Amino acid sequence: MAEEVKLFGMWASPFSRRIEVALKLKGIQYEYIEEDLSNKSPSLLKYNPVHKKIPVLLHKGKPVAESLVILEYIDETWKHNPILPADPYERAMARFWAKFLDEKLWPAAKKVALSKGEEHNGLIEEIQEHLKTLESELKEKKFFGGESLGFVDIAADIIFWLLVVQETLGLDILTEDKFPGLHEWYHRLLDDAVFKECVSMERLLASFKVRFGALTASK
Amino acid sequence: MAAISLQTETMAEEVKLFGTWASVFSRRIEVALKLKGVQFEYIEENLSNKSPALLKYNPLHKKIPVLVHNGKPVAESLVILEYIDETWKHNPILPTDPYEKAMARFWAKYMDDKLLPAAIKVAMSKGEEQKGVIEEIQKQLKTLESELKEKKFFGGESLGFVDIAANTIVWLVVAQEALGMEILTEEKFPVLHGWYQRLVDDAVFKECMPPREQHLSFVKVRFGSSTPSK
Repeated sequence: MAEEVKLFGMWASPFSRRIEVALKLKGIQYEYIEEDLSNKSPSLLKYNPVHKKIPVLLHKGKPVAESLVILEYIDETWKHNPILPADPYERAMARFWAKFLDEKLWPAAKKVALSKGEEHNGLIEEIQEHLKTLESELKEKKFFGGESLGFVDIAADIIFWLLVVQETLGLDILTEDKFPGLHEWYHRLLDDAVFKECVSMERLLASFKVRFGALTASK
Repeated sequence: MAAISLQTETMAEEVKLFGTWASVFSRRIEVALKLKGVQFEYIEENLSNKSPALLKYNPLHKKIPVLVHNGKPVAESLVILEYIDETWKHNPILPTDPYEKAMARFWAKYMDDKLLPAAIKVAMSKGEEQKGVIEEIQKQLKTLESELKEKKFFGGESLGFVDIAANTIVWLVVAQEALGMEILTEEKFPVLHGWYQRLVDDAVFKECMPPREQHLSFVKVRFGSSTPSK
């Protein structure tokens, strides 16, 4: 092979899955290494000594860590099928929204998942505020990236994890009546040839039910 | 002020920066704009009484800095820095090589995700808790020292993206003096100390630093009550 691309990841991590989506969108061949996060490989620790986290992309022996940093690296290295817009202002908007997803939506979604069926209320409202924001950003567009799946859509894969958490815990957070735009958007994503190869709701649900099933709130 | 409005009327583009004088994030944008010689109008915000303009341009976070270029707002300091670099392409602050760029983004993120929260925590804590946070920061500084190595700046020969994002360290040095802490010392961090001296001596960077006495007072007033007894 002309170049060697390896991805150290974990199947149930949205951050890891983002990288798989990007690599597949660009048709890049890569070797995937599934990490056991309770027993991290010496390679992972060598390639990400600072954070010791997945995902890590290894390209020609050089490691890149942090999913959004990796996505930009992929886009700049393999320039076909771009995932970021070309215009600097549009790029800034894409980066802004990806940051919003990671810094606002993801922590709130994680909190709900770990809240063990109690004290949900404030969190649900907080998440719904964020979803409302995303819904108005999406507007009439097919994807956040416009006509096709882009940087923000890939970063927004965390919404699927939110859907899995809400179903597992029996909560109503992202519903079709409250968020018709987002609802259509995620169905479009689930239908996308590349995306559906990378995110399996069934597998996530099965795993989350085992992890959180005992904590299901009584409705 | 008249000179500025004349400029914005006749210039092809209009650049405004909404910021605050003591904000590490706001000052980053000033450094980048000045490094590229971009003329801009600066609006000092009062964060306890935010202007309608700020709320209009950053409705989601309602925070500074916000850069407004030809009427279009950009928020989040690292996002703004990249926008500036891609819009005004001379005197680049990011490397051109994709791998070097990725490294720069990684370390800038490190500054904001790790160093900055720890720096805020250290200013707000006292006693044993503060000692623990100081150790945490020093581990981070050690990591940064090994990243810097023999280089003049994180960006290499000249000040770049990571150096600008690392202005947090300058704020940390002010905080340690204002609050009587010992965190970044020359003996513990000779390499970083050398870098810090080069940064604050840099013509552009020093123009963008908050006036020292005011900055020290500001930190003392804001965090002073948690000062540990030495």
